[in-house]
Amino acid sequence: MADTNEVLAGLAEIVAEETGLDAGDVTLEKSFTDDLDIDSLSMMTIVTLAEEKFDVRIPDEEVKNLTTVGDAVKFIEGAQN
Amino acid sequence: MSTLNITRGPEFTAILGLGVFRGEQVVPNDDLIEPINSSDEWIQKMTGIRTRVRAEHDTSVVDMSVAAAEQALAQASLSAAEIDAVIVSTITHPHITPGAAPEVADRLGITAAAWDISAACAGYTYGISQADALVRAGSARNVLVIGSEKMSDWVDPADRSISYLLGDAAGAVVVGPAESAGIGPTIWGSDGSGAHLIRQSDDWITVRDNDDVAFPTLFQEGPSVFKWASFKMAPVALEAIAAAGLTPDDIQVFIPHQANVRIIDQLVKQIGLPEQVVVGKDITDSGNTSAASIPLAIERLMRDGAAKSGDIALQIGFGAGLVYAAQVVVLP
Repeated sequence: MADTNEVLAGLAEIVAEETGLDAGDVTLEKSFTDDLDIDSLSMMTIVTLAEEKFDVRIPDEEVKNLTTVGDAVKFIEGAQN
Repeated sequence: MSTLNITRGPEFTAILGLGVFRGEQVVPNDDLIEPINSSDEWIQKMTGIRTRVRAEHDTSVVDMSVAAAEQALAQASLSAAEIDAVIVSTITHPHITPGAAPEVADRLGITAAAWDISAACAGYTYGISQADALVRAGSARNVLVIGSEKMSDWVDPADRSISYLLGDAAGAVVVGPAESAGIGPTIWGSDGSGAHLIRQSDDWITVRDNDDVAFPTLFQEGPSVFKWASFKMAPVALEAIAAAGLTPDDIQVFIPHQANVRIIDQLVKQIGLPEQVVVGKDITDSGNTSAASIPLAIERLMRDGAAKSGDIALQIGFGAGLVYAAQVVVLP
């Protein structure tokens, strides 16, 4: 079971790979669209890779509720428990 | 007790000829952005499309099919009398019956078996699988497989999900006997639980019974389709490569259905195709032409000299249904 920092680090790595951003810029309060400029298709790639990495399922209809990085980290932690 | 004769065909088949017809009008992004409150830049970023081809008002699915088929027959050096089956894959022929294929056959001077299939953007690869099986079973000597779509008749200019991607075109090939295997095993399937992801807005009965229901057009849940196509289709492609007795390193040309450049790029990555593989991206100029898109992309690569006759190509179709089919072929 990964703690918040581990999930954030893993997610930041995926976001960095998809967007070319520095993983250090991917922090809990950042908005995927407004701050990180991630569009709907890149978001689906990030979600799919996160599902594989953390062995969780993130339903497509849930993705629109994941506004910030923190929302995604919280969802992944909840899905792991 | 009497026994029945059965037919047997040749051991191997191949694609013997290819032809295409692209809609007469080249429509740039700028012509479509106003009703969707978008920009050329946004469409290119989200899809890779710069222009799409669209047919004139009076050009039909049948007209486009005939034009593409005539080229395919000429390239294969075959006459109408040598064709024993005509398969037209289309979702945009505007009659529920009769199908487009018998009329296409008639205009080509063919009286052999002719029928339509409905497998949306997988229609071409479904057709290849049927044709390969028909020839090897001895049911037909040569089969015309045509993907023909007039998508522009079924778009809503204000729809931001799919309409601006779509183009009109036909692609045709002839499948016939060969001395060595030119068509590998097809890996195919469906997932009807995703039927809602790419769909017609309302069915015809609802349209008939409700004055306030508009003429039906096409919609998709774009991000969900992107996820399915980009990540679920890679294992299907890998299975088709393995079924042909090959590895990704053996693939010289990759021709996926031209749905979106972002899907194509992600598929290349997920399949793990080597850097030198030539990738079909005719979508940038022709748009998403559904069942016609794979033959169009093949024609473009061969015309540009990026691919040549005899190259080993992986082709995969996927789309509304959801349905999918992949096979490795030798280019004609």
